[in-house]
Amino acid sequence: MIRSGASRLGLPGWLFIPAVFGGLFIVMPLAAMLTRVEWANFPALITSEASRDALVLSLRTSLIATGLCFLLGVPMAVVLARARFRGRDLLRALVLLPLVLPPVVAGIALLYTFGRRGLLGHSLEVAGVQVAFSTTAVVMAQTFVALPFLVISVEAALRTVGTRYESVAATLGAPPTIVLRRVTLPVVLPALISGLVLSFARALGEFGATITFAGSLQGATRTLPLEIYLQRETDSAAAIALSVVLIVVAVLIMGLTRGLSGRTA
Amino acid sequence: MTTNTRALVGACAMLALASCGSSEEAASTPPASRLTVFAASSLRSTFTELGKKFEAEHPGTSVRFNFAGSADLVSQLQQGAPGDVFASADAANMDKAAADKLLAGSATAFATNSMIIAVPPNNPAHITTFADLAKPGVEVVICAPTVPCGAATKKVESNTGVTLAPVSEESSVVDVRNKVATGEADAGVVYVTEAMGSAGKVVGIAIAGKLNVTNRYPIAVTTSSHSPRLAADFQAFVLGTNGQQVLAEAGFGPA
Repeated sequence: MIRSGASRLGLPGWLFIPAVFGGLFIVMPLAAMLTRVEWANFPALITSEASRDALVLSLRTSLIATGLCFLLGVPMAVVLARARFRGRDLLRALVLLPLVLPPVVAGIALLYTFGRRGLLGHSLEVAGVQVAFSTTAVVMAQTFVALPFLVISVEAALRTVGTRYESVAATLGAPPTIVLRRVTLPVVLPALISGLVLSFARALGEFGATITFAGSLQGATRTLPLEIYLQRETDSAAAIALSVVLIVVAVLIMGLTRGLSGRTA
Repeated sequence: MTTNTRALVGACAMLALASCGSSEEAASTPPASRLTVFAASSLRSTFTELGKKFEAEHPGTSVRFNFAGSADLVSQLQQGAPGDVFASADAANMDKAAADKLLAGSATAFATNSMIIAVPPNNPAHITTFADLAKPGVEVVICAPTVPCGAATKKVESNTGVTLAPVSEESSVVDVRNKVATGEADAGVVYVTEAMGSAGKVVGIAIAGKLNVTNRYPIAVTTSSHSPRLAADFQAFVLGTNGQQVLAEAGFGPA
């Protein structure tokens, strides 16, 4: 927002060299993959029963995970940004940990918590809830890795805008819940939307935690990334076709958010 | 916004580092001669041991390994990855490599592996036979039919006439073993060597010999090898008395 002015002032020319290399580094592998797509078989490859099951499961679980990220992440962000208590910085660091953890570690951690022999697994089993090898496990893995993206983006926005508007609203007699709903959240709406999109994208791409924690069964736990990983063993054409589907979905989401946040900003 | 960006950059850098650590690189100073062996995941512990013995017999030689699924190894070789020797977990993948003219000589079978039922040490579902795996309420994990161990499992199913309803079909036999070892699954179908190499974390229950399936492991020297002589030496070493003994101790059958 500030930088759009800076570009008119002129950028140092050398900046473009690493920028172009960086861009190529990301775009070229994707383009290289597109050259390997067997377009003649493409429709058949992506509409096979296994592919459809995987895509539907991926979209369904990622949406639920994004919903959970919203329900849990927004309160977490508000508490971290606004509440004052000891150990807040430590708590923030812990909450953001899944960002830096390799997903397979997240999967192992979830397994030892919610697995049949995990910390809570036994109590859950007694209560009749079985998480292992269920779609619930997929959603949990996705939420675990995606939640920090929402928290970090909303919390940073809250801290940037400060508390002025909230103070004014409170002075005018608005109770805290009204302030939260009518002032705080609208102010950070663009950050909230981009946080939700990041969470959704992360959930959609989730692989390591899912395969470690949830297993892999068509229609139940085998999401699109797991299907790609499996197909790659025997049918690279199918793996590439499904990868293209995943890329298209990701691009659509990014386009959608640009549209949304462009309107709200 | 700066803290946000900085945290994200830091996170990405750490992820990049974490994902780099998996390749098994040799020391930076190359010794007199170096051999790179591409071997199936199920050969990890035996071949690591064989590599050390081979190095001891050939002073100045360093053997490094690339362990992965056999299909992965073939595609890596197809893409020009430098490997002197290729040891596959099944004939199908070796045939693929041969069809792509990646092999210098002919492939020789050096070991066999068969399937076994793996259960947690306390055997919570009281499994005693393959048919028990199909009982209601038993959570069974197997390999996906598209990978070699899953194809073998499917054959055992047809030999025994028992149809399994697994709760998960994993991409690798190691994942099956781990799901059993952690108690997530009541039982799994794995390679005999996988159960024997688990250090007691899973217990094996034999499948009757005539109903079982045997995979042949072939080994070959690649066309891209920089030291084909040394590669042939390694192949001979695996097929020799020393090699066969190490393989037999790990539960592999004679070829």
